[in-house]
Formats: sequence, C-alpha cells, structure tokens
Amino acid sequence: MDLAVLCVMMRPMTDDRGGPAQPLLALRDLRKHFPIRGGLFGGAVATVRAVDGVSFAVRKGETLGIVGESGCGKSTTARLLMRLLDPDSGEMVFDGEPVGVSAQAGGITLKEYRRQVQMVFQDSYASLNPRLPIEDSIAFAPRVHGVPAREAQERARELLAAVGLSPAQFARRYPHELSGGQRQRVNIARALALRPRLVILDEPVSALDKSVEAQVLNLLLDLKEKFGLTYVFISHDLNVVQYISDRVLVMYLGIIAEQGPVEAIYDRPAHPYTRALLASRPSMDPARRRTEPPLTGDPPNPVNPPSGCRFRTRCPHAEAVCADRVPAPADLGGGHEAACHMAVPGSGHSQAGRLAA
Amino acid sequence: MSEVMDRAAVAAAGAAPLVRLRDLHVRFVTRDRTVHAVNGVDMDLAPGEVLCILGESGSGKSVTLRALMRLLPRTAKVEGRIEVAGRDVQAMTERELADFRGGDVAMIFQEPMTALDPVFTIGRQIAETVERHEGVSRRAAEARALELLELVQIPSAKRRLSAYPHELSGGLRQRAMIAVALACRPKLLLADEPTTALDATVQIQVLLLLRSLQEQMGMGVIFVTHDLGVAGEIADRVAVMYAGKVVEEGPVGAMMRAPLHPYPKGLLGATVHAGLRGRRLTTIPGAPPSLETLPAGCAFAPRCPEAEPACTADDPAPRRPAPDRMARCIKVPGRA
Repeated sequence: MDLAVLCVMMRPMTDDRGGPAQPLLALRDLRKHFPIRGGLFGGAVATVRAVDGVSFAVRKGETLGIVGESGCGKSTTARLLMRLLDPDSGEMVFDGEPVGVSAQAGGITLKEYRRQVQMVFQDSYASLNPRLPIEDSIAFAPRVHGVPAREAQERARELLAAVGLSPAQFARRYPHELSGGQRQRVNIARALALRPRLVILDEPVSALDKSVEAQVLNLLLDLKEKFGLTYVFISHDLNVVQYISDRVLVMYLGIIAEQGPVEAIYDRPAHPYTRALLASRPSMDPARRRTEPPLTGDPPNPVNPPSGCRFRTRCPHAEAVCADRVPAPADLGGGHEAACHMAVPGSGHSQAGRLAA
Repeated sequence: MSEVMDRAAVAAAGAAPLVRLRDLHVRFVTRDRTVHAVNGVDMDLAPGEVLCILGESGSGKSVTLRALMRLLPRTAKVEGRIEVAGRDVQAMTERELADFRGGDVAMIFQEPMTALDPVFTIGRQIAETVERHEGVSRRAAEARALELLELVQIPSAKRRLSAYPHELSGGLRQRAMIAVALACRPKLLLADEPTTALDATVQIQVLLLLRSLQEQMGMGVIFVTHDLGVAGEIADRVAVMYAGKVVEEGPVGAMMRAPLHPYPKGLLGATVHAGLRGRRLTTIPGAPPSLETLPAGCAFAPRCPEAEPACTADDPAPRRPAPDRMARCIKVPGRA
C-alpha cells in the first residue's frame, strides 16, 4: 500500500479537542506508595514511596524524556501514565478531560483513555503472546475494540510494513522466530494498532544491541512524524534521551529533581544530581578519562527517603537548610525548573541564587 | 592518552605474555544443530595490561572469556591452544584446574546475586577462598577478608563482613564480588560485563575502582563489554569481535578515533552520543549472521557498505597497517 494513503488511514481516530496549546496530558501531584507487608498479621510495616508528588505536562507533538536511576520511580510513573496502576492521589488530565471520569461528567473513561494511550515495554519477548502469530497479536486490540476481523488483519499487515517488517515474510511468524530488534518493531506496531495519540516507551531500546538500537530509534522518529504521535520516552541512557527528547525530566527517589528543554538540561544543568548524572557518562575518549567518581554510594532506598531534599545525603553542596525543608521547584526561565535550594535566592543556602539567572 | 600508550608499551615489552590464545575454535554441538560460536581467535595479553573485548550479543566474546577458564559446558567442543601464565589450560587435570581457578585467574560477572552464595555471609565467602588456596588459618583468612572489603572501598567494612548478599545494594554487591575474585591476588582477572546492570552513577564508581585495583595489583584484565564508553574508560587495548572472530584489534585511543574495519566503523557511527541530535543515526543494516551456517568469506560482508565480490571469496587474513593494529578486511592497507 502507498505510504501516503497509510498515513491518512493511520491518523489518530480521535481529533484534537483542547487545541494545540492544551497539554496532551497534564499530571498534578501524582502519588503512588506501595505498602510493604510483614509482621505477625501481615500489616503494612513500611511504605515504598515510589512516586511521591510528581507534576508535569506532556505537550502535543513533543517527546518527553524521563531519566533517572533504578528506584527513582520512572517505571512506576510509566505505569501510572498508562493506568496499569491507579495513583493513590493526584490528577490526570488528558487533552482537557479528567481521566477516569465518565463522559457525562465531562471526563474521559479509562477504556477510551487506554485506546488513545499505548505503551511499549523493555522486554520485547515477555510482552508478546508466545502462542499468537505476530499479526494476530497486533490485530488483537483493534478486534477487542470492535474492528471487524478482516479489517483488523489488514491494519496489522499495514503496520508491519510501516515498522519495516515485510508482511508476506513475517505476518505468520511467532515471537520466538524473531530477533530482539524485530520483536521490538512488532511491539511498536502493536502499540500503534489502536491509532493512539500518546505512546509511552519504557526503555524500548535498552535490551537491544547498539547497531539495532540505532535502527529502532530512527524508526521511532519516522513513525512520530508520519502518524503525528506524542512520546513519553523513559530510559536510563542519557545519550539516547538527549538524542530523542524535546524536553527532559530528571527523577530522583520518587520526585522530579529537574525538568526543562533538552538543551537547558544538558548544557546548563542546575540541580547537583543532574550534573553528577551527566558527569557519570563514560567518555569514549581515553584521553579524557576521569579519576574521581562524581558521586559516591548507591541511590538510597525509597522506603525511607531522607528528610528535606532527597538528594542531600549524596550532594556535595548539602547544608542544614537542605535537611530542614523540601526545596520547591525553582523557575529558571523557559520552562526550566530545578528543585534545589541553591536555585532559589533567599532560600537560606549559602550558594543560593548563584544559579538563578 | 600518552600515559595509557606508555603503560601498554611497557606491558607489551615484558617477556612472556600472560595469555596466549592461538586459533581458538568453540562449537556447541547438540543432536540437531551445531553452533560455531568462536571461529579462530588469536589473542595475547601482556601482564598488567587491560584488554577489552567489544562485541554485540552472539559475537563470541563471553564464550572466549569462559574458554580461558574452561568454564564451558560439556556440549562445547574447544580446539586450539589456550595458555595462561605459561600453562596449557586444555591439558590441566580437574585438580589443577581447581587450584588455577580463583588462584591464578579469577572472574567477575554481570549479576553478583547469582555469583555469590546467598546462604553464606560475604566475610565467609572471601575467607573460604583464601583458606582453600593459601592454606592459612580461619582467623588469618578472616583478617584478609576485612582487608579486601576495605580495598574495594565498602563503607563500614567490619559490619559488612557478616552481611548476606541480599542485604547489600547492587553497587556494594558488585564490590563484594570483586573482593572475592581478588582474594588470592590473581594474575589475571576476567570480567564479563560487570558494570552493565549498574546505574550510571554507580557504574563509573565500579569502573574507576577496577582500574585503580588493576594498577595497584598489576593484574592483567580481560574485560568483555558491548559498551564503547566502558571500553573508553578502562581499556589499554580493544579487540572487536564479530561472528566469532576478532575483526579488529588495537590501542583504545587509535581505535576510537579512527577504526579500520567497517564493522567497528559502523558501530561507532550507530552509537548515540551528544551532538547527534536532529541528525539521522547511521545504522548497520540487517542482523549478524546465523552461527549455524556462517557465510563464506568475510562474515560481515552481507552488511558491509564497502563489500565487493572478493570479500565473499575468501576469509580475509589479518592485515597490520601499523605494528600494534590489526584488521581482518581486504580494504585495509598493509601486508596480510
């Protein structure tokens, strides 16, 4: 099929509602805690504060990158965005409509929301049904949503072609007959089968070899342009996030340490954690090897996060004020925000205001 | 840079190599198929040198590493000559092997949780190794265990001696595994992607630790990785593997600046780094060949942008355009 025809066909089924300035997805103060059960009666003995008050917006047509280390809450955030997990508290607004509220009340139901938001996971094998030929896996969701079998199959084959797998050769194959890169292409095709507007990519290239990673990243950029998609791209790989994102969110222990346009985060990082994270990237140039690690120790456990600023236990600039008060996100201009006392003039930190410009 | 070069040169000038691999072949033979994992690898490592084996999954890098310690399963058919510290590893008896492993050669793995024993404390596991290989008393071995935990910079080492592996964080567990490996001051450390599962800020700590330990103890290290950045941080020399062969070998700086073989060239181009934003990534089309039926001639030819008919006619012989560099490609100048 002609690609131009396919593009028209594959446009999101639901049109833009809120207008271009309305964020596609806005989150306010999202929280998710997991109880740790134990003891004699299996009561909650502690709480993992996986996501602890996170607010951000995903703008229409952008790629929002989320970076952070294990335990920072980035995957929990992804699952909350997809509503695979219910938040304990907080608000989610999709294109102006509260998520999980019936249409009569002016909201968008979960069923309708999930049709417009789809996800690609890291483990390409575990996320496909091993007993279904890949064509059927791709056609599965459209059929559940009421698309006739023939049409769903046709759509699956078109999508296979769009992700670079020839339908004649691959449609009837099973997941175990494909390589990792090919399987990830199938997962991407499946995520697009419902013509979503937002695709959440949770470490989509982390398990792939470098030469295949580049192929899949190129594919993701092509599909975004062709189908007018918006991406949330979660990764621990700072180079990949820099390459693909328009804006970046840096998470640490369940909160957002810093967020802003990709150039601001990578060229003028304001939060000491972001700086340390960027400085931890191995350099490909042996002449510029580092001799001191930017940080010592492991990220602390999200069960008992430190008081005040959560990064203070590893921060080289920590002072008394950092233990006393939680730093509020400071506006550094152009949508660049950092949750650090040093970024707020008059916060009581001896280096306060040095960063604000 | 020059320091790295000097160190490599000094190491290379030393008399006997620590590791000498000649024409190593490893096949995995089962009833219904034969996988040719390693297809003629020659490799030398000088004492005190750090060699990175760089390659993607299925390139044979881990199999080569395991062959050095004879850790491969029985289905593996190993041919060729493997010499470590002047001894023929293939000819060792089980008893000799038990002394050799952990004594002369030690290995660290990607996943410390599976490499450490979950039912013994960290202190006991280190002390056990020391007792077994050096025949010292339990008390002396435990004192060594404490020293080792301090050597790998585990904070409050004394308390951590009685910790079980599950009680430690990922970074500390990796350090504990390094301590077990270094217990008997091995001459050769084999590292199989030991930092791949770690977070960015922890990975750089472990890499710097490994480098400083290597310098302090003067060990030879063979470090397997798929990450060019990791190789850039730790290697003196790099050997790039593809489909069971070393396709290029050379000092790390020269290799990263100007690779000779089209495969490492493509790999460098496909690696995302700063400054590529907005540009399309160059990719290596296709996928590595099946190891059951290797293509005739150069195994990379089907994916190579510079391939010509001569490439598939014959297996390219190693060429050396400079004394310390080697590439298996007919387009590379230099004598074969």
